[in-house]
Amino acid sequence: MQENEILVKEQLNEVVMKFVIYKPLVARAARAGQFVILRGRDGGERVPVTLVDWDEKAGTITVIIQSIGKSTFMFNSLKQGDCFLNILGPLGTAVEMKNYGTVAVIGGGVGIAEVYPIAKALKAIGNKVISILGARTKSLLILEEQMRAVSDETICCTDDGSYGQKGMVTDALKACVNSGEKIAAGFVIGPIPMMKFTSKLMVELGIEPYASLNPIMLDGTGMCGGCRVSVEGKVRFACVDGPMFPARTIDFDELIRRTGEYKLQEKTAVEKFEKDHQCKLGLH
Amino acid sequence: MPSPSTPRQNGTSQAPQVRRKNFEEVAKSLTQEEALLEADRCLRCAAHPCQNACPVGVHIPDFIAAVKAGDIGKAASEIMKTSLLPAICGRVCPQEKHCEGHCVLKAKFGAVNIGGLERYTADTARAQGVLKAPTPAADTGKKVVCIGSGPSSLACAAELRRAGHDVTVLEALHAYGGVLRYGIPSFRLPREVINKEVETVQAMGVKFHTDVLVGATIKLDDLRKEYDAVYIGSGAGLPMMLGIPGENAVGVYSANEFLTRINLMQAYKFPDTDTPIHVGKHVIVLGGGNSAMDAARCAMRLQPQSVTIAYRRSREEMPARAAEVEHAQEESVQFEFLVTPKEIIKDENNRVTGLRFTRNELGAPDEKGRRRPVEIAGSDFVMPADTIIVAIGQRPNPTISKTTPDLKVTERGVIALNEKGETSLPGVFAGGDIIRGGATVLLAMKDGLDAARKINAYLGGK
Repeated sequence: MQENEILVKEQLNEVVMKFVIYKPLVARAARAGQFVILRGRDGGERVPVTLVDWDEKAGTITVIIQSIGKSTFMFNSLKQGDCFLNILGPLGTAVEMKNYGTVAVIGGGVGIAEVYPIAKALKAIGNKVISILGARTKSLLILEEQMRAVSDETICCTDDGSYGQKGMVTDALKACVNSGEKIAAGFVIGPIPMMKFTSKLMVELGIEPYASLNPIMLDGTGMCGGCRVSVEGKVRFACVDGPMFPARTIDFDELIRRTGEYKLQEKTAVEKFEKDHQCKLGLH
Repeated sequence: MPSPSTPRQNGTSQAPQVRRKNFEEVAKSLTQEEALLEADRCLRCAAHPCQNACPVGVHIPDFIAAVKAGDIGKAASEIMKTSLLPAICGRVCPQEKHCEGHCVLKAKFGAVNIGGLERYTADTARAQGVLKAPTPAADTGKKVVCIGSGPSSLACAAELRRAGHDVTVLEALHAYGGVLRYGIPSFRLPREVINKEVETVQAMGVKFHTDVLVGATIKLDDLRKEYDAVYIGSGAGLPMMLGIPGENAVGVYSANEFLTRINLMQAYKFPDTDTPIHVGKHVIVLGGGNSAMDAARCAMRLQPQSVTIAYRRSREEMPARAAEVEHAQEESVQFEFLVTPKEIIKDENNRVTGLRFTRNELGAPDEKGRRRPVEIAGSDFVMPADTIIVAIGQRPNPTISKTTPDLKVTERGVIALNEKGETSLPGVFAGGDIIRGGATVLLAMKDGLDAARKINAYLGGK
């Protein structure tokens, strides 16, 4: 067993893989809400990925990766026994853990994996945890069992109604509050528009909202400032001040535009990669 | 007899119109013939003002004498008595301020090209396999850890290993060299040179680890338990921004981000490498220091239509090395002096389209003696831009201090040292940009060497 080695690889759906990786120092220091930066190859990007779970005794960390661009495609083609080239972490500020009473933990798509450690930690210190999991369709709804294990109540919703309730996480949250739940705080991770609208709804419902932001990052240590976000009208660095922020005053529209900065280049990279690797990796 | 009146050998450089389109090294090494001519100019004066002016005290006349005698291995060993990074120093030290600035030939014939000779010595000795890492003293049984792998930590680690300690270097990024790697572009310092210098330190027996961010991966207090002494050389690494409207628009980079994309991540090779960069047609760089010059020259190599450096004061007050400014000008970088950025103009997609400035005139000198810029009312104008790079300086990264409550820092966030050069924690020493806030490679190295001596004394050595 060597550092950065993939001990377990599990396919969660057609685009999402789970990796259990040997990385003792990170496993020892990790807290809910933190992330690592992964690199797969020489010349490769530094990609921030949320720490989903960790086991200090076994010296392992768990990450869940969705193939969305060249780098994540390449990560997800690594096999058990392979090693990531670099893993740096744990990075970012851990989510402050306290007893709020009742909390909502809301995950969308692969964001479910990212809220899992927060739900687990909130539950462990005595919160009543209501988890709301959303996905486009049944096959994309991951970690339901694990979320149920750390939640007092778990609600699943899909856009197409193929599993659980038909509709958005916002519908489920509204219904929950209408049924009489007094929710003090809510933690949401998912696509930016989903976080934007869920945060807005939470404010309307009297729930203190928190959202975990995913801007473009390079070093992840506060050195480059590429991950600038606007919160309460101030510039904050998501890598060190976040990634979880009080969501009332996050400028989500700015974040959407900033994360789209390299859309064209990302497309070029994927096309070139697919052309070069079509035969070898069988992506299609 | 020396021939001081022989013209100074400056070697050759890539022509500006060629080099502004590539990332290859600008200045070429002296040839053997040039090096011998240049070595012959040195008078070997007994007072050696050059050596006295060198912050790390390189044995300059001795190494030049060895070059002249054709013993390149000995020349390298002479340099390495006090500096273990000769190929780096020969390239990036501000020699005009130190050794060459004090050469007795300077006024009459022009200073000896000491930087060029140092670089020639290191490169040639390495190519010939006669650059030998010094043999460490007998093991002391003491363990020391150096945080960061920039010039300060590298110098400290090598010096401590030479004294016989068991030394480990911890780097947060995925490659060694710190600011040498992410900040200084390859056309001033080829990546291969950094690799080779690090290999020399490794060959001495210093252990290196990437991907360890002290304060996050492991706490300083944990390191204090495991090691007999700690050196913090973690550098600056927190970019300063302007605080003007529009700063989060798409197309605004800190110099750190822009330079890291290009230098560390090699974004200029995209899509062969995976990290992208984008400059558009018009680039504005804000600032007047070496980082501003590096950013502007990197931007130029991505071939936009124009690159303009905008600075608050006039050329005279610019902190950048004169040679860097000249290089930038030769490469068609334009300068706009006496302007203050007021607002970043953006389109409906939050993308940069321009920058609104106010013109300044110079007023009374400030506390450092530099004349202060004073805005001229009603002088606003807009310069079109697709990319804006903010290169107005940086502060120390707070990762270690934030996670080590007992470690004292000043109001500026730099680690506080007492009169003996120690931090507030016993056995913990610091140097480079983490105590200076933003200085040069050479001063960072000097701090590393000074700290190594203090650590030696602390560990009971001589």
